[in-house]
Amino acid sequence: MATTILEPAHAAAYAKRSVLVEWLTTVDHKKVGILYGASAFVFFLIGGLEAEIIRLQLMKPDNHLVSPEFYNQLFTMHGTSMIFLAVMPISAMFFNFFVPLLIGARDVAFPRLNAMSLWVFILGGLFINFSFLLGAAPNGGWFGYAPLSSRQFSTGVNMDFWMLGLQILGIASLAAGVNFFTTILNMRAPGMTLMRMPMFAWSVLVTQVLVLLSFPVITVALILLTADRTFGSSFFSYTTAGGDPMLWQHLFWVFGHPEVYILILPAFGIVSEILPVFSRKPLFGYSAMVFSMAFIAFLGFGVWSHHMFATGMGPLADSFFSLATMLIAIPTGVKIFNWIGTIWGGSLQFKTPLYFALGFIAMFIIGGLSGVMHAVQPADLQQTDTYFVVAHFHYVLFGGSIFSLTAGAYYWWPKMFGKMLDEGLGKLHFWLMLIGFNLTFFPMHLSGLLGMPRRIYTYPAGLGLDGLNMASTIGALILAAGFLVFIYNVIRAWRSDAQAPADPWGGATLEWSIPSPPQEWNFAVEPVVAEKDVLWAMKRAAGVRTLPEPARVSGKGIHLPSPSWWPLLTASGILAFMVGILVKGPVTHGFPFGLVSVAGVLLTALSIFKWSYEPVDHPTTHTPH
Amino acid sequence: MTAAVLDHDSAHAHEEHHTSLPVNSRKLAIWTFIGSECMFFASLITTFVIYRDSHAKGPGPKDVFGVPLVTAGTAVLLFSSFFVVMALNGAQQGNRKKLLTWLTLTVLCGMFFVGMQVYEFTHFVHEGMGYTTNLFASSFFTLTGFHGTHVAIGTLWLGTLLKDAYKGRIPPTKAVNLEIAALYWHFVDVVWIIIFPVVYLMSLGR
Repeated sequence: MATTILEPAHAAAYAKRSVLVEWLTTVDHKKVGILYGASAFVFFLIGGLEAEIIRLQLMKPDNHLVSPEFYNQLFTMHGTSMIFLAVMPISAMFFNFFVPLLIGARDVAFPRLNAMSLWVFILGGLFINFSFLLGAAPNGGWFGYAPLSSRQFSTGVNMDFWMLGLQILGIASLAAGVNFFTTILNMRAPGMTLMRMPMFAWSVLVTQVLVLLSFPVITVALILLTADRTFGSSFFSYTTAGGDPMLWQHLFWVFGHPEVYILILPAFGIVSEILPVFSRKPLFGYSAMVFSMAFIAFLGFGVWSHHMFATGMGPLADSFFSLATMLIAIPTGVKIFNWIGTIWGGSLQFKTPLYFALGFIAMFIIGGLSGVMHAVQPADLQQTDTYFVVAHFHYVLFGGSIFSLTAGAYYWWPKMFGKMLDEGLGKLHFWLMLIGFNLTFFPMHLSGLLGMPRRIYTYPAGLGLDGLNMASTIGALILAAGFLVFIYNVIRAWRSDAQAPADPWGGATLEWSIPSPPQEWNFAVEPVVAEKDVLWAMKRAAGVRTLPEPARVSGKGIHLPSPSWWPLLTASGILAFMVGILVKGPVTHGFPFGLVSVAGVLLTALSIFKWSYEPVDHPTTHTPH
Repeated sequence: MTAAVLDHDSAHAHEEHHTSLPVNSRKLAIWTFIGSECMFFASLITTFVIYRDSHAKGPGPKDVFGVPLVTAGTAVLLFSSFFVVMALNGAQQGNRKKLLTWLTLTVLCGMFFVGMQVYEFTHFVHEGMGYTTNLFASSFFTLTGFHGTHVAIGTLWLGTLLKDAYKGRIPPTKAVNLEIAALYWHFVDVVWIIIFPVVYLMSLGR
């Protein structure tokens, strides 16, 4: 690991780097986190725009705002974007920025691996979205069911973008998984035992276990799909020699179900940080919260086939997966009761983060209840592929994950950027989002039960669906207004000169003990932890409600990892490799596009090699390029 | 300032640095990665088991598999795990000659195995078993091909460490550099211990 000491001469060298180079070569977990968040928010807006077009198309019966083909691209990219390019990386923003702060570390275990994960994610997201410019965005659903995704039924490059883009994004997730698992287990401040960790750190640890064990499975599924589409095998198609599309579904959902917990567990963690602070009470049932989260993760690997009840797996498999799925309601219920126990009798501080956290609990309960309905196999057969399912997973992913991530954004904004977001605008955002969300998605329960199928670009009049769809579309526009308020709030805070204090909410955890925004080395003095809610303990010991504002100090002598170009170059090589395979698919002769892949492999190999040999303790190596 | 001495940059820069668990961070990371890789190979092996009888068209296992050659490859790979342990022992003792000898042998074993696989694949293609001939062939080549890629990467990795060792860059304090490569190497070996019976022996015995 290259390190450098910030002697004055080197500090001057740092200052000479242009802003662009500084961000491109950064290995600071906080900058990486901000880049994750900013790029993910752009992808979130693109995914949101796709959703708005979908809703405008479905606003009235027999509508022809978009073509059926473009509609397929919209719903596929909406799902893919929101899962892989919005909720996961916005969660990753919080992992990056706050895990080291919460556990009292000066950085993550592998700063350059962390930067590589970021660049792989950004390039992967651009790669998938680039398909829109060719008019060939992925169009086979976010789950890419075989044989619809095979070359036989999907002749263009649409699904090539999808399968190779997800492959790229998977590398980012796995790199982050290794990094955060190691960071949380090995970089904790003295005295920060596992059972003293803030709940968000726990949720990240459990999430990384899910990432590490589930992403390799979709990696294999995508490799086999690539073999089918690009190299002519038939793993997933019936056409020759007995390939089996069911294998795709099994591999996909062995990944796909843990994936939904990858999306929701960080949200659980954020809410578990916010509720105690704004209730002025410690988290109720800390160890029950930890073990229920671990139990959810464990069960998450044994329920994948409840996504496949309609495929006819037989009574034994159906019963097993029904029961296993219902079992998950127990640890989830434990968590909900513990959150309610936390706010019960608390001295509630009605600030924006608390609004969103309470909204999360209510919306997530609704989504959880319809989830239990899906676990009942005979009922699920009626609901499969209808808007009832769309309603369900939006209540858990939007009502759950997005509400919680928004709560986290309002809660941690002052720490990340040193500016307070406006409370009035925040509450307006909350009410627009709560009303818009319910108006959009609650009617989908009804349109689904009335038989409206998913992924169909229009519907005839007179089926009783007209009013429900109109309501959903109006709701979606209100939702969009909510996020416009958020953007306005961010711009206002950006322009404001008012500096946020270190501890605006009366926090319980270490990030509130340092200046807002934190200095590059996080902690001037490495913290020592003697109990849970360590900052509250410090305040109690000092007999004060708020500790004095921490001073900004000179970082002289603190070791920081040197910036590096290799993470970005490694990521570029991976992108080039995938581009070569993408172009090989439809263009099998002519220019040897395989060479692009070979060049990519060589660039990645060279970058990893140079990365490994970046000198250790050689303070002159980071001179600006 | 007291903070000046609280060197932040982690276990991997200074091996003696404080870590929360009594294990080097890079070692923990490679174990984590290996755990993840288990699911990768589990998925590939499962796919092979599902499709191993799908060879109505073209050659099947009994037509192409040659057990003696693969057994030799297996033996070489197994021995290489022993060799790399000896090399690590040499590195930890600061015994340059021991380190260089055993590490050279390990790298040669890796090269032999990859060469064996290249020969085997070429032979199969000559026998009329291409990648897309049937699903047995596709899943066989995918599984063993990815394993072979892992062996090749491991050989390359150990090769760069051999160069380091030759230049005296692996003193006992940095033996962990070799140790993590060795952990990966053992893992690749263990995967082959599953592949050899499941893919070769059990397919022939059916």
